[in-house]
Amino acid sequence: MARFAVNVNHEELSTESPPDRPLLDVLREDFGLIGTKYGCGEGQCRACTVLIDDQPRASCLTPISNVDGKSVTTIEGLASDDQLTKVQQAFIDADAAQCGYCTAGMIVEATALLKRNPEPSRSEILDAMNPHLCRCCGYRNILASVELAAASSEASDA
Amino acid sequence: MPERFREDLFEPDRKELSESPAYRFDLDRRQWIAIAGAGLLVTAAGRVVFSPGVAGAEIPPSTRLHLGEDGSITVLTGKVEVGQGSRTEILQAAAEELRVAPEALRVMLADTAVTPDDGSTAGSRTTPSTVPVVRRTCAAAREMLVRAAAETWNLNASQLRVESGAVVHADKRLAYADLARSKRLTSADDDSAPKGVPLTEIDDWTILGRALLKTKAREIVTGAHRYPSDIVRPNMLYGAVLRPPSYGAQLESVDLTHGEELGAVAIRDGGFVGCAAKTSYEARNAVKAIGKSAKWRIAPHPSSEGLGAYLKGRAQISGGGRRGPRRREHGDVDSVLAAAKTLKASYEIPFVQHAPMEPRAAVAEWDERNLTVWTGTQRPFGVREQLMEAFRLTAEQARVIVPDTGGGFGGKHTGEVAIEAARLAKAAGKPVSLCWTREEEFAWAYFRPAAAFEVRAGLSGEKIVAWDFTAYNPGTAGIETPYAVPNVRTQYFPCDSPLREGSYRGIGATGNNFAREVFMDELAGAAGLDPLEFRLANHNDERLTNVLRAAADRFGWSPGQSAGQNRGTGIAAGFEKGSYIAICAQVRDEGERIEVERLVSAFECGAIINPRNLQAQVEGCVIQGLGAAMSEEIRFEGGQLLNGSFSQYPVPRFRDIPPMETVLLDRPDIESAGAGETPIIAVAPALANAVFAATGQRMRSLPLRLHAA
Ligand code: FES
Ligand code: FES
Repeated sequence: MARFAVNVNHEELSTESPPDRPLLDVLREDFGLIGTKYGCGEGQCRACTVLIDDQPRASCLTPISNVDGKSVTTIEGLASDDQLTKVQQAFIDADAAQCGYCTAGMIVEATALLKRNPEPSRSEILDAMNPHLCRCCGYRNILASVELAAASSEASDA
Repeated sequence: MPERFREDLFEPDRKELSESPAYRFDLDRRQWIAIAGAGLLVTAAGRVVFSPGVAGAEIPPSTRLHLGEDGSITVLTGKVEVGQGSRTEILQAAAEELRVAPEALRVMLADTAVTPDDGSTAGSRTTPSTVPVVRRTCAAAREMLVRAAAETWNLNASQLRVESGAVVHADKRLAYADLARSKRLTSADDDSAPKGVPLTEIDDWTILGRALLKTKAREIVTGAHRYPSDIVRPNMLYGAVLRPPSYGAQLESVDLTHGEELGAVAIRDGGFVGCAAKTSYEARNAVKAIGKSAKWRIAPHPSSEGLGAYLKGRAQISGGGRRGPRRREHGDVDSVLAAAKTLKASYEIPFVQHAPMEPRAAVAEWDERNLTVWTGTQRPFGVREQLMEAFRLTAEQARVIVPDTGGGFGGKHTGEVAIEAARLAKAAGKPVSLCWTREEEFAWAYFRPAAAFEVRAGLSGEKIVAWDFTAYNPGTAGIETPYAVPNVRTQYFPCDSPLREGSYRGIGATGNNFAREVFMDELAGAAGLDPLEFRLANHNDERLTNVLRAAADRFGWSPGQSAGQNRGTGIAAGFEKGSYIAICAQVRDEGERIEVERLVSAFECGAIINPRNLQAQVEGCVIQGLGAAMSEEIRFEGGQLLNGSFSQYPVPRFRDIPPMETVLLDRPDIESAGAGETPIIAVAPALANAVFAATGQRMRSLPLRLHAA
């Protein structure tokens, strides 16, 4: 057991934990941040995606010891106050969620993508999103949401 | 008057799952006697303005409506939301009949303590059965409100209007909340609801028929929605369960102290062994430690190689009952076949796993003898019964709440995780959350049945004159041909299955329609007709013609077409649960693999209730069908799955989705049917037929694979 300090959604949090415990478990069980989902525990579905120092990572494969002193952003940390981000709004407007269980991971990934590449091509979007599974198979609406978010950021930047 | 929905088309599939409990625990005698002797039952509920169905058949007891004095309006049904859109659809139906904005309403689903028993959320029943009941209930409530207002104002009810949550006359207004408080309406509490109140005509729909967005979308995109696996209770522990090393293995002995030493609560009850601890990490480690000490008696178990022959060898030929064999026959199949030009073929489909993104999960909490379980299931009342049986509880003592769940696809009808969580919570004396791992969900949930088929048919010119269809184990949905054939024999034999089986999107119709629609292609070839023309020539169902033509037109289908080198096009159709699908596919032969280049679907399920949700359901269903057609297949040997993970069991991903088009045909003159299942049944045969066109190889089993050259 050791103590780990993580900045989660701009808040300094810490927990006592075995070093190899997955970040996903710590977020959900110690910090009460249940928005990040478990889907496979082996890096195959990316439902558990969070930002670690702004990079999208599978939290199920990340031991808590790896994020000591780093910053983590989860789905709960994207909207400020009640203001949804463009990606979140686009996921509503283009009806991206069926059951919605994969949605948090998809939104976090798309957020990171649009930050490093505000005008991604269709193929760049597919590259970023392909590791994510949606078993409701709402892929087309999810794709449309990411494209809508990219277009709306462009519009607001102009 | 819209064409009535035909109940007879809805015989439940014989593989539709209703299983007995997975465990039976020893009776806790002391508690049992205390409960059996206790006679006090307290029922606390909101003020139910009226409870339909109590007094008669006009409104069956499957929907409740609560009008609060505070102005809140709540619709309660026992249906669940697993991503198919039931919540939004029910909201639209209620808002339409109550003449209120959808935002003014709350829909409460699947809590056995407060919502009525609406059976299971299966068989595409929500749209044809629940929506009309919601509408009748709300229309009756509207009528009661109008009558109460009329009485208050001493006017004739026909002089009043209803708009935006109030009854109105000239400049007078009475809000529903005011009426809910009035003595007049309270006095109607125990009366039967008004009978035969007309439902809103489809031409007057303002909320039904609209592309309303999902009502919980905001909670979903902010991560606020709590799925069953996200429920947290005070002092809650996390659970884990010891699984056998192989199917059929029996536990002989185990040493729990290895788990207790790690600080976990460890329990064994019959074949059940599990742990609960402060974190799921600790619980899993405790189970691992205990598992090392476990001794198992291993049982022999077959392999997925040669599964078709295995099933045929274990067919239940005789006997009856709801789950037994079935045979239907008309005309004189044998003598017509003997005289006609005949063709025959065999087909096979493997087991597939639903693999919903959220694996099974439950949180269980005991309060003395009362048990509450939050869990993701499509059968809340069925799971309550399983809990009652496992723990010897009365219906009042067991409560099942189903938060909107992360996917089902027919795969969450059972209550094993609820029972396990409850057993752990009982042992721990604290609430326990149990979330199955993906590995567990693959291995220990149930599967879409594997099946084999033998089909024979006789041709006379371009007509099918005899049809002889034998299905081993797929289930009975979609087993009867929608084509017009004078002599038909359909036989269904359930088989002794090596794996647990149950519902799935379309269940039996997936295999039955695959075998039939590929065989239709083979027959078209033998008759020398284009596959589309052959289908059109062999039925007289206008709705089937419409979807076939719509898909073909959009696709640009033309007889004798050539899609080019190594390319092929295929078509297939199907009818099931009141809705029609036709799909055209184009594929390319890549030598090693088949590339799907295009899918065009046409779907018709009567009057469209929400075009946006319908589009999502049809597309999602078609893509799930693409997975089952191209890659999904459960393999096993020695009692173990060989591919029980997402790395080894490939399901469709973003890059697998071909260009797709979906044509939705609206039929306002026909009552709405569901849409979450039927689209899947035409995907695999359309692709199989396209592969034949591209390669000349007949595809008679799934997933589709080119034979070695
Ligand atoms: S749960 Fe982390 S990748 Fe699936
Ligand atoms: S919406 Fe259900 S898994 Fe993606």
